[in-house]
Amino acid sequence: MKQQEEINDNSRRDFIKTAAIVGIATAACGSLACSCSSKQPVQPIGEKVKLLSPEGEIVEIDSAYLNHQEHMAIVSKLEAREGMAGKKFVMVVDLSRCKNARKCVSACQKWHYRPEETEWLTVKLMKDSDKAAPYWFPKQCFHCDNPPCVKVCPVDATFKRQDGLVLIDNERCIGCKFCMAACPYSTRVFNWTDPVMPEAIANQQYSPETGIPARVGTVEKCDFCPDRSREGLLPPCVEACPNGVFYFGDENEDTVSNGDETVSFTQLIKDRAAYRFQEELGTKPRVYYLPPKDRQFPVERGYENLPDQLKERFKDVMEGGAE
Amino acid sequence: MELNQYQKDIFEKQKPVIENYGKKTWGWTIFFLLWILVGGYALYLQVADGHVVTGMRDNVVWGLYIANFIFFIGISYAGAVISGLLHILHVEWRKPIIRIAEMITVIATMIGPVFILLCVGRLDRLHHLFLYPRLQSPITWDVLAITTYFTGSVIFLYLALIKDFAIYRDAKLNIPKWKQKLYNILAIGYRGTPSQKRHIKISTDLMAIMIIPLAIIVHSVLSWIFGMTLRPGWHSSIFGPYFVLAAIYSGTGVLIMAMWVYRKMYKLNSLLTDKHFVYLGYIMMVLGAAYGYFTFSEYLTAWFGSAKWDNEVIEKLFTLEYYGGWFLFTNIAGIILPILVVAIPFTRKPGLITIASFFMVIALWVKRYLIIVPTLESTLLPMQDTRPEYIKYSATWVEWALTFAGIATFFLLFTLLSKFVTIIPISEFGDKEKTADDTSVPVKEN
Repeated sequence: MKQQEEINDNSRRDFIKTAAIVGIATAACGSLACSCSSKQPVQPIGEKVKLLSPEGEIVEIDSAYLNHQEHMAIVSKLEAREGMAGKKFVMVVDLSRCKNARKCVSACQKWHYRPEETEWLTVKLMKDSDKAAPYWFPKQCFHCDNPPCVKVCPVDATFKRQDGLVLIDNERCIGCKFCMAACPYSTRVFNWTDPVMPEAIANQQYSPETGIPARVGTVEKCDFCPDRSREGLLPPCVEACPNGVFYFGDENEDTVSNGDETVSFTQLIKDRAAYRFQEELGTKPRVYYLPPKDRQFPVERGYENLPDQLKERFKDVMEGGAE
Repeated sequence: MELNQYQKDIFEKQKPVIENYGKKTWGWTIFFLLWILVGGYALYLQVADGHVVTGMRDNVVWGLYIANFIFFIGISYAGAVISGLLHILHVEWRKPIIRIAEMITVIATMIGPVFILLCVGRLDRLHHLFLYPRLQSPITWDVLAITTYFTGSVIFLYLALIKDFAIYRDAKLNIPKWKQKLYNILAIGYRGTPSQKRHIKISTDLMAIMIIPLAIIVHSVLSWIFGMTLRPGWHSSIFGPYFVLAAIYSGTGVLIMAMWVYRKMYKLNSLLTDKHFVYLGYIMMVLGAAYGYFTFSEYLTAWFGSAKWDNEVIEKLFTLEYYGGWFLFTNIAGIILPILVVAIPFTRKPGLITIASFFMVIALWVKRYLIIVPTLESTLLPMQDTRPEYIKYSATWVEWALTFAGIATFFLLFTLLSKFVTIIPISEFGDKEKTADDTSVPVKEN
């Protein structure tokens, strides 16, 4: 094991060289990245990992040189702008199953390292008219096919990709907030202060696909987690939901999954009479809602056990009257 | 430069103004500078701590700054439209007031865009506007329109100034050397030859014609920043003309106020006569009526149709607990008051017209605020937020400080400029002999 000995010699130059190879190699396998930025010498722990070098050789290195990184900029900026060929991401939200468990919200916050009050995904309590029954309404970015936000961006910082996603490049964004004014769904949030993040996250290489690290003075929003799609994983909100409210998938493949079951997208929206929120605005959302018919939970279930501060949000609607 | 008797009279009156700065002027200068300094500190805080120091949040993403932006670009219409239009129509009485009007235009166009920059979260990335411009965005239209308009206004002002610079250059004024030199450079060798005269006349006529469509484009594009969104209270086809009209209207008001201040300060009663106030008052009255008509049709249609989302904004404007009081104020002080003051012969006096203008200009500023904030406070989805600052906008001291710094900058630049050039143009009176009914030339001392 010649190569392994070289690494153990710990000559810094060799280490960086190998680390670079590892970096390229791991890019192919997904969620691993080298810790080449760390300044302190890493002590090998004896656990070996086999990796493929660009020359096609199998390299075995100590796993101490690797660190696990969930969010990694696995694609170039250009690719992040173009999106995944042949895909057309779509989401279906089953309103009859939502009981405001709020697991989606916390999973989203955790995955994107957002502070508690900055919700990319929010759950609203809707009551369409005085006599209508209230229902819970989870709302992410609709990734509209005719996005008002993209139209108004003066610097192309927010863009529509071929796979249907609307993303933001926060290294391009000048923070004029025009997109926020243009979005009728109040989806976008602004970093009013310097965002607080773990140091490792703050130093990570940025990609519009991960949205990490967040930056002060720029706009951000729900991104449908394309970094996870590339790994074949569902977005955290979908996975976290205990009731299978969210179906996420690809319109071209005609499949959507809520983690428990994978179903035909067209069949689902046909059978359940799906609708898109405020179709009349002409924004053509990529999120479909299944009407809150035959609901699995009484609406109060999502209210009673909430902490007071959250209760406050929905008080007006819960205690009668239209929103 | 040979001056005729009237020109000499006008020049004599204004000589002391440009010859010495004066203690009083220094006092004002320092006062304005102090305001600007406070604004500078506020700006530092905003850049250092982020926009969290302002009252803007995720729902109300724009506030005072945008209102100021619209306001300043609006008053810049004084020069563009009033002066441009009166020039084209060869209205004789315009002569003493065109310089003031054009100065308002140039200075306000300099200050206005600063306020839109204050809304920008990443001032360090402004060059992205030119590196990655997107022509679809109304902001890009705005950048193009305002830079063109500003350039045009500067040229328009300068063209009218060249002859005057030549007069200052040749007048052997008691001024420092650098100032003399500057006049010399700025006069670009103007000697009053027939060919020079002709060139300036043609260029001025051209600019006067061009500045009007340019101005209309600027405020239309500005209104489309709002009109192009799907928001209630903004998404309206009337917005372009409505903004343009409001801009000319407020510009006239500021012009009347500036005239009053200068007349008082430099004792120019013989040049800025009562007639000027009355004539501009007539223009203001007509514009006020048109503005009132636009306002009425805009809110009538929204209220009568009463779509749910529209209605939310209308309700906020029509309810006293929300913005009802302010909305009422904008209509009384912004429409009814100026019309009445000018319409009734008894009140048609310079002082009262100026007071009416003052209230009208304030009312139009408030109106801009009422266009921005209530709409942003009315979201399509229920807000369901518990953070009060996210639900209702209220400007912080940082925003107010910067607003006042903007106003102070406006006054400061005005002061500086009026110490550099005579605010009553001298050359304008050159080519024409005095006629009996000509109000543009001095009649007699009051």
